[in-house]
Amino acid sequence: MRPVLFPTTLAALFDIVEHQPDARLMAGGTDLLVRLRQGPADRRPLICLERMARLNGITTENNTVIIGAATPLSAIIADPLVQRHCPLLARAAATVGGPAIRNMATLGGNICTASPAGDTLPPLYLLDARLDLAAAHATRQVPIAAFITGPGRTDLRSGELLTAIRIPMAERFGLQHFEKVGRRNALAIAVASLAALIRLTPGGRVAEARLAWGSVGPCVVRCSEAEARLTGRRLTSETLRAAGAAARAAVTPIDDIRATTAYRRDLVANLPLRLGAAT
Amino acid sequence: MNDEKQQDAGVPEGPPEKSAVIAFTLNGTAVTVHATPDRRVIDLLREDLGLTGSKEGCGTGECGACTIMVDGRTRLACLMVAAQLEGRTVETVESLADSDTGRRVRDAFVTHGAVQCGYCTPGMAMAALAVVRESPEADRPAIREALSGNLCRCTGYVQIIDAVVHVASEER
Ligand SMILES: Cc1cc2nc3c(=O)[nH]c(=O)nc-3n(C[C@H](O)[C@H](O)[C@H](O)COP(=O)(O)OP(=O)(O)OC[C@H]3O[C@@H](n4cnc5c(N)ncnc54)[C@H](O)[C@@H]3O)c2cc1C
Ligand code: FES
Ligand code: FES
Repeated sequence: MRPVLFPTTLAALFDIVEHQPDARLMAGGTDLLVRLRQGPADRRPLICLERMARLNGITTENNTVIIGAATPLSAIIADPLVQRHCPLLARAAATVGGPAIRNMATLGGNICTASPAGDTLPPLYLLDARLDLAAAHATRQVPIAAFITGPGRTDLRSGELLTAIRIPMAERFGLQHFEKVGRRNALAIAVASLAALIRLTPGGRVAEARLAWGSVGPCVVRCSEAEARLTGRRLTSETLRAAGAAARAAVTPIDDIRATTAYRRDLVANLPLRLGAAT
Repeated sequence: MNDEKQQDAGVPEGPPEKSAVIAFTLNGTAVTVHATPDRRVIDLLREDLGLTGSKEGCGTGECGACTIMVDGRTRLACLMVAAQLEGRTVETVESLADSDTGRRVRDAFVTHGAVQCGYCTPGMAMAALAVVRESPEADRPAIREALSGNLCRCTGYVQIIDAVVHVASEER
């Protein structure tokens, strides 16, 4: 039997953590409960974040969208601030699991799970998201790319909590695209995904391009070489093909039950072609 | 604090299972249950409360057979623990016929042939109820999306989607 605790304030949460350092944090539970089911039973308490008002909700401050770490993905997808300032994140979140999973799963949980197939991660890298981390007596801020250190690995320290995700407003990128290829349409873990933020000049040339691929390496792959192939050019299939070729050389995908390395490389090279259709 | 490596090997020791008192609203009635706080909600409903409508297909969030509503939103009873229900409002398929909309969902499933073996039906009906309640304006693609977390091995989905499209048109 595991005790289940519902702190409502940070002070109460850190008090529990101090006295029961082996407790596990649980946000939506959609990763944790599946993982616990696979392991042996134990008595480590669960600290549920769902009643911590501070961790739930979306605000803006200084041209930054601030999302509480325990905000469910369905709330993020439906949020007008997110839709206006960083629609890329909403698009990616909408591809996670099915509707009931998205009512439970949180953004903080997706980040802390640090799966190479975590669908919100490529957008968060491109959006330069910063993470607010809090411990009993200290807080710090870390860029997402520094926080995720490997597949399933993060820089989260013992006794630390992710409290919020800060996203600089990004509406200057008129084209915000997320595309995931899975084995089927719904409830599919990504075989490969592409997130793109593109700012076009009035004349239709690329002024700024950011591209990141998911599920094709231990961490998200942002490819500056591919981005450079787009900058200053129009999004023709020729330039997009060139960007794809650059990315193909930069990724190190694995063979697994979902796809082979070769297939993943082909996907990486071909996914940018969809940007032509998206303009 | 989440390091799996801290996990002790071997048999957990300590006092025998302690149960918690959990109070919530279940299908319109206030209930108080005694259960271990980490009991899965699907087990609480089916085994402790005798509500066997909700089904367990996979136990890992992938099939939707255990879909219930908590505070009006769909959730998976296989991925919730009992203590999470404290103070919440829970609806299961057993309450489907308690509302006009729920009765329309039930009747449409019957008239459209949306039930074959029936194993997916309780979860499917709750997902359907959620979408027609929340967004009766939903068109066919939106309804397909709303039901996309629920697997059916029998019908091929067309009859189910037809049924829900029909209910949505009645609700508008
Ligand atoms: C059927 C199914 C389909 C899925 N499909 C997808 C998919 O398509 N794409 C995808 O990316 N993911 C998918 N997932 C995985 C999962 O739903 C997501 O990763 C989700 O965002 C996890 O969030 P959660 O709140 O449920 O995390 P939890 O399970 O509560 O937590 C996950 C981990 O993060 C830690 N944690 C959570 N919040 C915090 C915090 N604030 N501070 C510190 N640590 C924290 C927990 O201790 C735990 O170790 C799927 C899962 C299931 C069961
Ligand atoms: S039993 Fe819960 S989703 Fe399959
Ligand atoms: S009717 Fe048999 S699984 Fe859907």
